[in-house]
This record gives sequence, C-alpha cells and structure tokens, in this order.
Amino acid sequence: MKDYADILFEYLFKTSIESSPFSLAWYILFIFLVAGVLLFFAANFAGITSFIERRIAARIQSRVGPNVVGPQGVLQWVADGIKLLLKEDLIPGRADRFLFRAAPYFVFSGLFAAFVALPFGYGIVAADLNIGIYYIFAITSLVVVGIIMGGWSSNSKWAMFGAFRSAAQIISYEIPTALSLIPVIMLTGSLSTQDIIIAQGGMPWDWYIFHSPFTLACFIIFFISALAEGNRIPFDLPEAESELVSGYNTEYSGFRFLVFPMAEWANLWVISAMVTLTYLGGWQIPFVSLETISGSPFLILISVGIFFVKTSIVVFIVIQLRWTLPRVRVDQMTLLCWTYLVPISLVAIVGTMVWMLVFPWDGTPGLLIRLLMSGIGAAACLFYIKRIRFNYLNDKLLFERLKGKPSWYPFWRLP
Amino acid sequence: MVPVLEAAIKQYFKNIYHSLYSITEGMAVTMSYMFRRPATIQYPNKLEKPLENQLSDRFRGILQVDINYCIGCRICENTCPIDCIAITIEKNKETKERFLTRFDIDISKCMYCGLCSENCSTSAIYHTKVFNGINRDIENLIIRFVDKPTALYKLPKGSDPMETPKDHYGAILVRKMKG
Repeated sequence: MKDYADILFEYLFKTSIESSPFSLAWYILFIFLVAGVLLFFAANFAGITSFIERRIAARIQSRVGPNVVGPQGVLQWVADGIKLLLKEDLIPGRADRFLFRAAPYFVFSGLFAAFVALPFGYGIVAADLNIGIYYIFAITSLVVVGIIMGGWSSNSKWAMFGAFRSAAQIISYEIPTALSLIPVIMLTGSLSTQDIIIAQGGMPWDWYIFHSPFTLACFIIFFISALAEGNRIPFDLPEAESELVSGYNTEYSGFRFLVFPMAEWANLWVISAMVTLTYLGGWQIPFVSLETISGSPFLILISVGIFFVKTSIVVFIVIQLRWTLPRVRVDQMTLLCWTYLVPISLVAIVGTMVWMLVFPWDGTPGLLIRLLMSGIGAAACLFYIKRIRFNYLNDKLLFERLKGKPSWYPFWRLP
Repeated sequence: MVPVLEAAIKQYFKNIYHSLYSITEGMAVTMSYMFRRPATIQYPNKLEKPLENQLSDRFRGILQVDINYCIGCRICENTCPIDCIAITIEKNKETKERFLTRFDIDISKCMYCGLCSENCSTSAIYHTKVFNGINRDIENLIIRFVDKPTALYKLPKGSDPMETPKDHYGAILVRKMKG
C-alpha cells in the first residue's frame, strides 16, 4: 500500500514524498484511511450478506424472504442495525461487568484485523505481510478468547455451554485448518498471501486445488475446518438455537449483541477469501501475465472483480450449505476432526511432498496430471448440475398439475 | 491382513464417500429449489388477480343488507343465534304505511353462520366477499344500513324472489363502514 500512498501524495500535492517534511504524517493518515476503508467494507459486507443470506434461505425454503424495507427489502439490514442500536444495553445482574463489556471488542478486533492481510486484487492488500497466512490464523484466534470471555462472564448456563463448546471446537479445528494449508505453503515457498496467488495461474489447471489428489483433499479439509472455525452450520454448536438459546451471546443485547453476528458474517468473507486465495487462484486473470496486469489500472480493477466473483461464489456455497445440512452432534464434531480431517491432512502433506519431487509443477507429466484433475473437477460440477436438473424435473410436473402455473422461477427473477 | 482391520479400513473410506456424495445430493436438492416458484402468496401487496376473484361465490364474508328489497319480516332478526341484528319498523298512523327506521348489524358479534341470508325470502341480506373489517374502534363495526326511513318492499306479483340482484363486492357495506 506504500506505493499507492506515494502516488496519491504526488497526485494531490505535486511534490515528491521523499522531499516533503509531512511524509510521516501522510503515512499515518493513509494508514487510518486504509483502516477506515477496510472497516467500511467489512461492516457493509456483513450487513448486506445478512440480507442476501435471508433471501437465499427463503428461496431454498420456498418462501420470499424480507421484501418490505426498501425496494425488494434491500434496506432490511440497515433497519435491523438501527433497531439493535436503539435497544437497551443490558448487563445481567450478577455478570462480571468488565469481562462482559470487553468480550465484544475481542471478537470485533480479532476478525477485522484479519482483513489487513487479505488481498483484494493485484497489489491491493493493506499490508503484504511475509507471514500473511500465519498472521491470519493467529489473529482470528482472538475471537475464541472473546467468545469464552462473553460466555463465562454472562453468568448464564446457556452462554457458558456455548463458550465451552466454542473452545472445544475452535481449538481442535485450528489443527486441520493449519495442516491443510501446508501443501499450499510448500508449493509456494512463502506465507505471503500475494505470493501464494502469484504462484498460481488464471486457468483452473493452474490452481492449487487441482495440483494433485492430495491438494484436492486438502481443499475439502480446509473448507470444512474453516466452516467450523467460523461457527457456521453444520458446525454452529456454540450458538445452537435449538439446544442453547443463542449460545455464548444469549445475555447480550443492543449494540454489544450486534457485534457478534456482524463479526460472524464478516468472518464469512475471511473464510471465503482464504479459500479463494489459497486454492482457487485468487485474483489471477486467465491468459494475462503478471507484467501486463501491473502496467494497467483497468486490469487491476478486473483482477479485483475476479477475486470478488470467486469469493462470492464460495460465500454462496457456504450459505447454501447452511440451509442444506443439519447440525452435527458434539461427539460427531470431534470425531470428524480427529479421525478424518487430521490424519488425512497429514497423509496429504507427505503425499504432496512426494508428488512435488516426482511430478514437478512445470514438467509435462505434472501438467497432464493437473489437466486430468481439473477434468475431474469439471466432471464433478457437471454431475452436480445434472442432479439439480433431475431434482427440478422430478417435481415440476406434479407442481404444474397442482397449481396450474409454470414451475420455472429462477432466483434472478425477484418475486 | 486381519479381516477386522480390513473391514474397518473399508468402512472408513466408505464413510468419506457416502458423506461427500450425500452432501452433493442434498445441495442439488436445495439448489433446485432456487429455480422453483415460491409458494408464498404476497397478500395484500402483490396478487396475481384481485382477491375478490379468487374467493368462491359462496364465501361468507361480512353481511350486507340492500334495504330497498327488505320486506320487514324480521325473520333474520329472530333466527340470529347471537342477536347481532337489530331491526325497528315504524308505522305511519295516517297512511298505514310501514317504514324501516333501523337495520343495524354488529359485525364484531356476527359468527357468519349464514342463517339470516338462508331464510331471507327476497335475498335482501346476504354475505359479501368483504372480510377486512380492521378498525380502531369496535363501535365502528356496528353497521347502520338505514340512513332515512325507507318504505318496505312489496314483492311484485309473479316475480321470483330469488332473482334479487346480489352485489358480492359489498359496495353498500364498504360505504357504510367507518374508518
């Protein structure tokens, strides 16, 4: 981001930044500017995704969803936020007041600090840390501290159970999350998020997901354990509505409560961006080399668009999974982690090491295997589409005979 | 290899296959719902055709009286199980003519049994398709159909009493209902 700060300074004040006495002040101002932009993006993404998730959930359940506030209900998230802002800020009588008040700050800062190292396009990243992935893992661990603090200090059995489950879940799922990214780090030789994307390519066979069967397995493991870290269904045990009232945030109200769901939906972006940048090629544009991208602002914007589209597709899949799968039990959750995810990812690490020696990335056999793997991926997608069509046609005739109306009503046609 | 161990390993990979396959299948089902028509009817904002046309002709909505056809037999008042109909008939002493001076129906009490409209010989009282009686005050639901004394209807000779025109959209009722 320092280059952008220099360019903007020269554009605004027509002097070189090295000769200016205000260079330090300008950099500090720019840091705050970038932080503000990131916060604006994260908060708005959380809000808009909460609305979009409700609409998608409604269509999956054959409903319409919120459509009253604003055209097609697009301002529903603003209304929800204002409602929560106006609510009374209650602290339970026998709660630990200091910890109860401090917990939302941990959850908030833990998630929003992860945005610092997440890339948005070519060269567009708040800080291109050379330990980017490691930093994101470390900083998102603050969330579990906040959750345990909130759950323990509320003086409520529901919140307490939610916090315990959260501790068990997030701490055990940190291990497969980190292990399943080691193949990516080995293939790149760097922890920096930008370097990982640069090492991949624009076409599917240049992505790490299709490098070998082991990375494909690691992709699935990473996706599952990232879901578990983000407290998403099917791993939303800490806030299981039907078992614990609302889990660790049961006793919260008003704006303090708002922080928890907001962080959860912002975490959706963090999960999806991590999946995109590590395994799905990030912002790479097909058929365009890196030198061409760096020279043109238009191509940089396209790279931002590609990253956004890829991440949105992953976000959609996460949302769709939430409305497809039931919640797992606690014992199933730990069983899945320790008997499936961890051993398979350990095997996959060793397998990737051997694979890298036997089939180098640029060699002909390596390329052929990557093409074969992406063919398998395309076949899986085709199979998925075929099953969607089968399920749709299965009920179409019955619906049309019953209602006398065409059943075709795709999601882009807003009701 | 030990058979038990072999079976366990087989089961392990079978579990992975089954879970991945069943999740894909479940997601295909939910995705197919994204292309189907939602079952919701968005009453009252977006209706495909007006609600009055969707209700059947025998729908028992709020009662309406066309006092121009009332013969003043009071059968509806007597047959009403909860006495929500009140009728007053006055007589002009000189001309011996009888006038309808009051025909009130308390909609808030009415239980829509339909006994009054079944027994009305000229179909002056009947159910409309109007059912929306939202009001600030329950007093507003007492609907007074007579504004000024009206002479009672005399059935013309040879005519069929069942041919009285019925307005199922409740124009009179909507006009009388306050609020």
